[in-house]
Amino acid sequence: MIHHHPEKAKLFVLDDERAHWHDKALWFMRVKRDRAAATVPEWEQLRTAAEGIKLHTLSRLADYLEEFERKATANGIQVHWARDGEEHNRIVHGILEKRGVKKMVKSKSMLTEECHLNPYLEARGIEVVDTDLGERIVQLAGEPPSHIVMPAIHRKKEEIGELFHEKLGTPKGLSDPTLLTERAREHLREKFLQAEAGLTGVNFGIAETGGFVVVTNEGNADMGTTLPPVHIASMGIEKVIPRLADLGVFLRLLARSATGQPVSSYTTHFHAPLPGGELHLVIVDNGRTEMLSEAHRRKALCCIRCGACLNTCPVYRRSGGYSYSYLIPGPIGSVLGPHRDLAGHASLPFASSLCGSCTDVCPVKVDLHHQLLALRQEAGEEKLLPFGKRMGMKLASFVMARPALFRAGGKVARWVLRVAPGLARVGPGAVWLRGRELPEPPAESFADLYDREMNGKPEVKP
Amino acid sequence: MSAREAILSALRASRTEVVAAPAHPAPVKQGDPVVRFMESVKAVGGQAYRVADDAALAAGMAGLPVWSAQRRASLVPGIDGTVDLEAVADPHELADLDVAAIPGEVAVAENGAVWVKGESLGPHRAVFVIPEHLVLVVRAADVVNDMQEAYGRITLPRPGYGLFISGPSKTADIEQSLVIGAHGARSCAVFVVG
Ligand code: SF4
Repeated sequence: MIHHHPEKAKLFVLDDERAHWHDKALWFMRVKRDRAAATVPEWEQLRTAAEGIKLHTLSRLADYLEEFERKATANGIQVHWARDGEEHNRIVHGILEKRGVKKMVKSKSMLTEECHLNPYLEARGIEVVDTDLGERIVQLAGEPPSHIVMPAIHRKKEEIGELFHEKLGTPKGLSDPTLLTERAREHLREKFLQAEAGLTGVNFGIAETGGFVVVTNEGNADMGTTLPPVHIASMGIEKVIPRLADLGVFLRLLARSATGQPVSSYTTHFHAPLPGGELHLVIVDNGRTEMLSEAHRRKALCCIRCGACLNTCPVYRRSGGYSYSYLIPGPIGSVLGPHRDLAGHASLPFASSLCGSCTDVCPVKVDLHHQLLALRQEAGEEKLLPFGKRMGMKLASFVMARPALFRAGGKVARWVLRVAPGLARVGPGAVWLRGRELPEPPAESFADLYDREMNGKPEVKP
Repeated sequence: MSAREAILSALRASRTEVVAAPAHPAPVKQGDPVVRFMESVKAVGGQAYRVADDAALAAGMAGLPVWSAQRRASLVPGIDGTVDLEAVADPHELADLDVAAIPGEVAVAENGAVWVKGESLGPHRAVFVIPEHLVLVVRAADVVNDMQEAYGRITLPRPGYGLFISGPSKTADIEQSLVIGAHGARSCAVFVVG
């Protein structure tokens, strides 16, 4: 398997038409997000508050988790703790096994993806059905999600039609989204009615009240938790917030950032099991405490998984979710993956133009592009850069430290661009020119212009 | 050491400096909340009706095409359904419910969301998501400007359960085409009384 972002991205852009289609689809979400944000005059203050609440919570996380556990237990919720994915899966399986559950429905949870829960349960004879439409599509296709909010964003409706024809018996050639959704509704309704347990993720855990909130548009989490008697919720330790009222801040930001909606269709607050049923909550660490122990990595745990940084990212839009080696793609994944395992995801910090758009749209102000830059430096220090990049950097720093050489190089480059532009497409640097037009060479360099304009004038101090 | 202790002690060992919690910003009020709420409901794919009083509500419901369906459940006082939820032993039996009418406690102008507390759902929580159609009833006096104001009104954990519903169930997972009626209600009518 290639784990190198540029290699995978190369495959993605081979299909030019599809690459542009993907780019446009994501940009559409970004535009919707902008429009929704503009309806809230206090948007920026909300972002600042959301960031502050998250940083405050993370700085006292042990206390808030204890308070959360105490109150949740008093509410009749059974709280479990898991150090890692394996322990999480064992706990979930234990609960299901004890009740003889053979069929479980699941709503979206990136955490269970992280823990590889589905294969674990399937290997033990339990049917796990992902019920979010996008997730069901990728599950039927045997793929992981390519986006954290829209898991099947990379697939065209004709491909989904073909998949449904094969797996769900829709007529061949059917690709109308309404009709395909209708078939999925029917198919999944059957699964909901048969399920003996439902599993959900958690968007927010509330320390003050000992409950948690799950947000969906489809209502799949609600179908999956109001019919079967057993509900299991999986929650990363960073999901807890101090007070119920804090939701007022986060929920005003979340859906607007994610899909441009003013709020999702269903925002369900769980503070007790179904009458006669069971409610289990599994609190999972899986590397988070370690990330929290370092101030510069902590901020990435403020993420509320809205997906806005993916939608806006020029690299994500043009390279697709599967180009990323970490299960969460886009800017936030390129931060989280390397924070966990830099060597395993060394190409991800470079899958960015460092334009900073991700940081600008993030509803909780995660300093994404700063973290990406810092991770690049770390990767350099750890000697994890590929040979070409290492040599290129060395060469660049050598030249840039020598103004005369730099100016001479510039002259040569402008001359080449004018006289024999084809030459610029030769050699290792040519990778930058793939699919790009060459610029018009300027008549003179900035340094020349500066010298001329400033001649005789007093030196300007910055 | 248990997982719980391991996690909590690792967190405490990192000795992070405590950061103070910020105050929430004060939202800017934007126009008449009821008018805005009705617009928001339409924007999220629902229908909004304003009626003067309970008699007008009953008339409005009677005129609603979805309320003429066979299997109707009502949790709204003064409105009768055809399905007695108390007589239903298992929520799976509600699979063929056509429509449910449910009272809301708080309505939010900025996003068309209606807060429904657990007690308002009767014996089966599934009643808001399993029927084909949904009717929500709120009082004009219970319309607030925004979510921050809404949380000032909501009390938990008393009901143990509760949710915001904003419009019908929807998805845009196939090429971002908005499709109404993913798993839950295919339509959501909201009556504002008063
Ligand atoms: S990092 Fe910010 S923008 Fe990206 S998914 Fe998380 S919350 Fe959304």
